[in-house]
Amino acid sequence: MKVSLTGSLRSAAGGVDSIDIIAEDIRELLTKVLERFPRMEEHMDTGIAVSINGEIYRDNWGEKIPQDAEVFLLPRLQGG
Amino acid sequence: MAHDTSFTNQDFKVVGTRVNRPDGVDKVTGRAKYGADLSAPGQLVGLFLRSPHAHARITKIDTSRAEKLSGVKAVITSADLPDLTGGRQIDVLENCMARDRALYDGHAVAAVAAIDQQTAKKALKLIKVSYEILPHVTDVDEAMKPGAPIIKDNVFTSGVDPKPKKPSNVSKVSEFGHGDIEAGFKAADVIIEKSYKTEQTHQGYIEPHACLATVGPDGAGELWVTTQGHYTYRTVCAALLGMDIAKLKVTSSEIGGGFGGKTHVWVEPIALALSRKANRPVKVVMTRDEVFRATGPTCSTSMDIKIGAKKDGTITAASSVLRYQNGAFPATWAMLGAMTSWACYDLKNVHSIGYDVLCNRPKTAAYRAPSAPMAAFGVESTMDLVAAEIGMNPVDFRIKNAAKEGTRASYGPTYGPIGIGPTLEAAKNHPHMRAKLGKNQGRGMACGFWFNFGGQTCTDLNIGSDGTVNLAIGTVDVGGARASMSLIAAEELGIPYEQVKAHVADTSSLGHNDTTEGSRGTFSSGMATIFAARDAIEELRKRAAMMWDIPVEAVEWVEGEARAVGNKHSNLPALSLADIAKRAASTGGPIAGHNEVVADGAGVSFASHICDIEVDPETGGTKVIRYTVIQDAGKAIHPDYVEGQFQGGAAQGIGWALNEEYIYGDDGRLQNSGFLDYRIPVCSDLPFIDTEILEIPNPNHPYGIRGVGETSIVPPLAAIGNAVSNAAGVRMDHVPMSPPRILKAIEEANG
Amino acid sequence: MSSVLVDTTVNGDPVQFACPTEEVLLDSLRDRVGLTGVKEGCGTGDCGACSITLDGQLVCSCLVLGVEANGRKIGTVEGMAEGNTLHPLQEQFIEHAALQCGICTPGFLVAAKALLDDNASPSEEEIRFALAGNLCRCTGYDKIVRAVQAAAKQMRKKK
Repeated sequence: MKVSLTGSLRSAAGGVDSIDIIAEDIRELLTKVLERFPRMEEHMDTGIAVSINGEIYRDNWGEKIPQDAEVFLLPRLQGG
Repeated sequence: MAHDTSFTNQDFKVVGTRVNRPDGVDKVTGRAKYGADLSAPGQLVGLFLRSPHAHARITKIDTSRAEKLSGVKAVITSADLPDLTGGRQIDVLENCMARDRALYDGHAVAAVAAIDQQTAKKALKLIKVSYEILPHVTDVDEAMKPGAPIIKDNVFTSGVDPKPKKPSNVSKVSEFGHGDIEAGFKAADVIIEKSYKTEQTHQGYIEPHACLATVGPDGAGELWVTTQGHYTYRTVCAALLGMDIAKLKVTSSEIGGGFGGKTHVWVEPIALALSRKANRPVKVVMTRDEVFRATGPTCSTSMDIKIGAKKDGTITAASSVLRYQNGAFPATWAMLGAMTSWACYDLKNVHSIGYDVLCNRPKTAAYRAPSAPMAAFGVESTMDLVAAEIGMNPVDFRIKNAAKEGTRASYGPTYGPIGIGPTLEAAKNHPHMRAKLGKNQGRGMACGFWFNFGGQTCTDLNIGSDGTVNLAIGTVDVGGARASMSLIAAEELGIPYEQVKAHVADTSSLGHNDTTEGSRGTFSSGMATIFAARDAIEELRKRAAMMWDIPVEAVEWVEGEARAVGNKHSNLPALSLADIAKRAASTGGPIAGHNEVVADGAGVSFASHICDIEVDPETGGTKVIRYTVIQDAGKAIHPDYVEGQFQGGAAQGIGWALNEEYIYGDDGRLQNSGFLDYRIPVCSDLPFIDTEILEIPNPNHPYGIRGVGETSIVPPLAAIGNAVSNAAGVRMDHVPMSPPRILKAIEEANG
Repeated sequence: MSSVLVDTTVNGDPVQFACPTEEVLLDSLRDRVGLTGVKEGCGTGDCGACSITLDGQLVCSCLVLGVEANGRKIGTVEGMAEGNTLHPLQEQFIEHAALQCGICTPGFLVAAKALLDDNASPSEEEIRFALAGNLCRCTGYDKIVRAVQAAAKQMRKKK
């Protein structure tokens, strides 16, 4: 499935704005992204959020990703 | 255990009614206990010594004379605070206590604990700090210029390729957007390009930070503290002090306002460190001056906005360049501003870039929908300029370009069902729009967007032997959560609201709960409460089955009681919650329900505001004549408290728009660190604030709840900017629009 | 450290405490008498969270010295209810959801009571100006004003 990258995550992936990955849940997705792009490590610390069909998930490795879902990797966000 | 979190579109019995809150009597009688209201036998007073310089190297600190003063039990400097986090939390630690450099006026350099206030003050005077004053910079644009003093020599701009070799005050560059900006602007009939500035503001909670810290020689400790997140405080303090999380019990006092400023630690780790060193309880209460100088205000900003549109009102391209001042430690507020800039609109070609910049100012923190209000000021002001240029009504212009379900958000993902369209339509049709405007009065409107979050949550529901229910939640109650959670529990169990008593549990009594921020309180704890109640219902059915000696499949829970169903058993009289609870000892012991969840799918939130402002052309003074907030709440569990959030956010936005700002002198010191000169709105400044709650259900919550706490601070800066500009006849581009600024703008326009 | 003995009446009860001469009444009430209903929001008389009445006059207790209370009558939020009957203002604040975090509420109640004791039928403008010395950051004052109006009406009915 196509995983779109936003903001500064793109430069950690060598400048591309989307990558192709097969993953069943968020944990698998993040593990594979890190394997392919070790530079993502610096963002893992500050945190990455995953948007699945427009809904933003800040935690929860177990969240399943439907194969036809629209997936975005976003920086982790905070409110106040 | 996985639960189905989808919206079920049910009718409600108690949810949505305006009940009295359970903590109301305590708060109107003065019994409620806030951060500074608890004392312990033998407690010491903790006070801080703070840098009077905006930027200085600390060459020496001599605490010997302070330590020898009779009555002083502990003195702490950074020498007592090694970094135990491997660098991960060094910024937090360094902000709590300066290490080799004082980075802003007010930065803590030492702390003492003594038997009373007088002795502590004397001790501070006996601490000798040798400073080597360094050049400072407090303005965001100045800090970006080559040659500006570098705040941190280990910060290199991230988000640029290749990685820079020289340190910079720009800690991060973030870009978002899609489409072809160049082509978009080429296709425009009208292009408006303008720059804006917003000054720094503080959340302004009336209760200063305060805590009572006790750490014993066995490494166990307690912290009573005013906070938005006692679990987060526990995690951070334990990490900084090398304590075990389970051994640090943090109890959240009632909180006297937070708005994001109490999501981070400021004095708490030091209070614990003092207590550990002295082996006595230490009470720390910040003064108002300290709160302004040394906690976490929001960013000041500078930005460039550009919008291109066709004559028919279609926006063809939109771009924002944002520069946000983060204080002395790297943060990602500009990134957040870049993400939210254009979120209200359906744009084919959009680009936003955010620069996060260091300055010699306090470490910034979240302020209610952090970063969004400033970007909205620039965007929504420019939207009005474009509408005027095209000759289109500003509301219609926004309606034409509003995002809707299926729109690609400017920050990336596609929207599900959202409320921007409905709030704009409601604004257009609101009676406020038809109210007559008097002399020197102008009307303005604006829309705003904010994310909502879910997060780690758990809830305990325990049923007493008389059938009344204790509900333990872990999200701090900032404005009515206990009432809302009680309503939800009562709704699920089918019992009267008065039969439920909610309280906020301490960290030893309930599992981790994320901070009350991101408008997540009602959404997350609400979800956990629903499932904890359903969990309890399963248990209640089992107990009823046991009492009747029938299979549990023949038991239903309806309207607060167990009913036996089916041909064989339906003649059995129903059992109420109280009936079953009375027999709990015989049927298996105490009856409870529990739920742990990472609540997600909180969705996003939109609002539209309308305001009328009168400007006195001779003094630049302003008067708020009329103000209306229209916002989507998904489902208003307790309408009074939803209205309260709308009105409170609007009031903060009004203060920010018209009067509040941090004023720094040439010496880099904060000039107005008190409520006299940092002037927040008072009762006589405001009219009644009209509210309209829209309910477009969130498909990812059983009750359709959306977060409401933050979005209402996003539109005011721009709504007021537009109103003032219309009233004064000149476009305002600098917030706050205080009388001197308005007067200056009028005079400049008149030549 | 030398302390002065202060004899005062608080909410109708005789109270005695000792305090240093430089201590403000706000601290004396909170730390010596144990009445934590008065709050320190600023310490400089700008926020009204420490509002009390001194011989019936509304003052900021952070601007009064503890020793100045000698021989005088102090009224705080803790003295507003009569037995277990809440004052109409207290009732209406709850009824109208005129509080969110509640930190400013004691100050507002004392100030609003001082207003209504002096003026039983204040206009909206009179209410707003009378309460302009009390800061609230949560509510935008809307429901506070409504609560005071409702309490005034309730109190006029009783008479």
